[in-house]
Amino acid sequence: MSIEATKIEPKQRFIEMYQDNISDIKNGSPDYINEIRDKAFEQFKVLGIPDKKNENYKYTDLSQIFDNAYKMYITPKNIQFEMNDIFRCGVPELNTKVVLLLNGWYYDRENLIEEFPNGVIIGSFQKAVELYPELVKKHYAQYAKSEVDGMVALNTAFAKDGVFIYIPKGVVLEKPIQIINILMDEEEGLTQHRNLFILEENSQASVVVCDHTLSTPNFLTNSVSEFYIGQNANFAFSRMQNEHNGSKQVSHLYFNQERNSRVNADTVTLHGGVIRNNVHILLNGEGCENNTYGLYLNDKGQHIDNYVFMDHAFPNCTSNQLFKGVLDDYATGAFNGKVLVRKDAQKTLAFQANNNILLTDDADINTKPQLEIYADDVKCSHGATVGQLDEDALFYMRARGIEKKEAKLLLMSAFAHDVIKNIQVPILQERIQELVDKRLRGELSRCNSCQMHCC
Amino acid sequence: MEKDQDKILNEVTQGEYKYGFVTDIENESIPKGLNEDVVRLISQKKNEPEFMLESRLKAFRHWQTLKMPEWAHLIIPKINYQDIIFYSAPKQKVTLDSMDDVDPDLKATFDKLGIPLDEQKIMSGVAVDAVMDSVSVKTTFKENLSELGIIFCSFSEAVQEHPDLIKKYMGSVVPYTDNYFAALNSAVFSDGSFCYIPNGVRCPMELSTYFRINAANTGQFERTLIIAEDDSYVSYLEGCTAPRRDENQLHAAIVEIVAAKNAEVKYSTVQNWYPGDKNGVGGIYNFVTKRGKCAGENSKISWTQVETGSAVTWKYPSCILIGDNSVGEFYSVAVTNNHQQADTGTKMIHIGKNTKSVIVSKGISAGYSQNSYRGLVKVVKNATGARNFSQCDSLLLGDKCGAHTYPYLEVDNKDAIVEHEATTSKIGEDQIFYCNQRGIRTEDAIGLIVNGYAKEVLNKLPMEFAVEAQKLLQISLEGSVG
Repeated sequence: MSIEATKIEPKQRFIEMYQDNISDIKNGSPDYINEIRDKAFEQFKVLGIPDKKNENYKYTDLSQIFDNAYKMYITPKNIQFEMNDIFRCGVPELNTKVVLLLNGWYYDRENLIEEFPNGVIIGSFQKAVELYPELVKKHYAQYAKSEVDGMVALNTAFAKDGVFIYIPKGVVLEKPIQIINILMDEEEGLTQHRNLFILEENSQASVVVCDHTLSTPNFLTNSVSEFYIGQNANFAFSRMQNEHNGSKQVSHLYFNQERNSRVNADTVTLHGGVIRNNVHILLNGEGCENNTYGLYLNDKGQHIDNYVFMDHAFPNCTSNQLFKGVLDDYATGAFNGKVLVRKDAQKTLAFQANNNILLTDDADINTKPQLEIYADDVKCSHGATVGQLDEDALFYMRARGIEKKEAKLLLMSAFAHDVIKNIQVPILQERIQELVDKRLRGELSRCNSCQMHCC
Repeated sequence: MEKDQDKILNEVTQGEYKYGFVTDIENESIPKGLNEDVVRLISQKKNEPEFMLESRLKAFRHWQTLKMPEWAHLIIPKINYQDIIFYSAPKQKVTLDSMDDVDPDLKATFDKLGIPLDEQKIMSGVAVDAVMDSVSVKTTFKENLSELGIIFCSFSEAVQEHPDLIKKYMGSVVPYTDNYFAALNSAVFSDGSFCYIPNGVRCPMELSTYFRINAANTGQFERTLIIAEDDSYVSYLEGCTAPRRDENQLHAAIVEIVAAKNAEVKYSTVQNWYPGDKNGVGGIYNFVTKRGKCAGENSKISWTQVETGSAVTWKYPSCILIGDNSVGEFYSVAVTNNHQQADTGTKMIHIGKNTKSVIVSKGISAGYSQNSYRGLVKVVKNATGARNFSQCDSLLLGDKCGAHTYPYLEVDNKDAIVEHEATTSKIGEDQIFYCNQRGIRTEDAIGLIVNGYAKEVLNKLPMEFAVEAQKLLQISLEGSVG
């Protein structure tokens, strides 16, 4: 079933939507989840949808994006699609465990939770909430703070389903888990799914996420994912965003890293109308390492905004951020990265870089790398550049008979490679480099019309 | 060695503010508080023409609609504007004709400050306009300058004698609608300096203003306007001190610079307002709007600042690069100690073609202080060939202070090359060790390293200022340490 609203101010619309459908929204969720829901709803009433006056959303006005009476499903809608559409999206030779989310709902309704002999649990978030209350209670809504961001509050109030992954102590997963988010419907819709990933001590896993649209209506996604990375755990996260240019996405990733854990997270944005990626990292123990990377290749009227908040709460941690982008046509982009080094987080190493290439006069980039440091024995640096392709390098290649267009592509491919080379799964790395090259050539269009493998 | 460093840093905090004396000069003040009548009274006291009163009232009415900005990384207690005296002037009975007529007490004050107000020092080539409690006391060396057609006088005098210029340029760079403190200043400013360099004139000496807040409970609201016509050059110096008092005093100033075709203006500041005592009691709130407009082709505006004083600093000297090939520069050393807070930086707005800007900012924080760099580099769509380089370094001395960097880069043109880099670190132990090894004591080593760190900016200051600035750095940071 679906709920719909009339044309009113977006904040008010969501408030009414929640109040009018409260019993349906709460139906199927245990009490402890609904308590959190109510609390988040109250927080949303205070915070609302951030507009440009909100310093963190200065370059992406969400209140405008949400100003549309999107349809929202509070129970899964049965939609059939060609499995081939997705298999076209597979990465050849990459042996993965595939999980599908359709419009934010766990697709395999017959088999909502899978428990593996080694204790690994993969399944629907809605089901997990019911089956493993102790586990969920401990982590759910602990890292994604509804009181700070109105969008997280909105998601927490409405979210029902998503992906739940649990890796027990000491388990090392060889195969990556691939999550494919599919948006497909005949009409515009809003999706708010919620993911929870729990990696216990000494475990190791990698997750590959792909975002796709399989039909043409304009979709809006507001998703929240929480990651608990236990002591000494090692986690690799790769995300590929390839939705059509009418879709809009706001995503929030919250990483909570315990002592000596390691996270490598990268996001490659190929297509999408308006994309806002929030990544929050809390280094919640000594000796953590975090590498967060981003690559965005935008053209036409696309808008991409990456926000990273790196919170060094303990000593002896290392963090590294690298975000690179190429903007063509009249695309606009923004980067906002913040490194916070708390008072006693001595011996912190934190680096942050944002490099941008503008290909046309109409493209536009705003970048805001920030350092906020309260400890003295640290080494922190950041850098941001906006520029063009190196004329000397172009000349060098042209002098050796390489066509200008080809030379430019080579340079851009090399520029992007700085990010791609950090992707942890080797086969995926090759695949993404290939896709990026295609994207730079303009051969890769949005997913549902593409004739080749994508993602 | 670690202990040694701590000891030295402790000594640092004992560096006393040596300008904290009060001069007992008769002051003419108006009652505390701010309302339209006060604005009218200030205007009337200064015998201003009608247009000035109107502009003041307009600004005041606008100010009443505004709220104090809260975006800066500063903790500022609420300021009670009704508890401030908005006008305080040293009593002057007659117009002064020569140095001999200056009140001897006043003269002694400036001697203490080491300002070259007397004739002898003027021979060293500095023309001074000293502003005490917001009223310009004496502009020296005026005659020689006027031979070249340079006008250098107090703002009030300019209002009386050159109303056309004031009308044309006042508020053209910083309109009263610009921000909260600009509106406040536009409403109640008492005096300031005015400088006009005509076509093709290269000002033969450094022009200088010295600001001092003397009376208790007063705010200093001065206004500086510098106009450099085609092909002219001027270097302008500004220094500030205040007596030591337990309550906070307010300083909200505006500086406007207009540079026409091929003109160059160099503006240097050594800001040494009273920073409050070791426990953060007292000190000046320094809220300044400084902006230069490179209106003509090939014009250049260069800001150099050494910020060591004030309890709270909120200051962003900016350049609007309108003329093609114009250049904006910003060099800054900001030192905070004890409980001082500084949020300072610059804005470079690239509008003309082939405009260039350089930003070098060095922050040094010690004690419990917070030191932030906040800057904007904006390249608009038609500003082809724009080039910017920014470097913002922070040095941390002690584990209870903070250093923050908030750069904003907004680029709308593909030809632009914009680079920003920043580092934050503490004084390298290996550097200190290296010095120790060569027989340099730790305390001297810290002095050496800090001065070396700030050298890039200090080098940009005019000679006399550079010496003073270096001394100031030592006082603010190193206490008795060399």
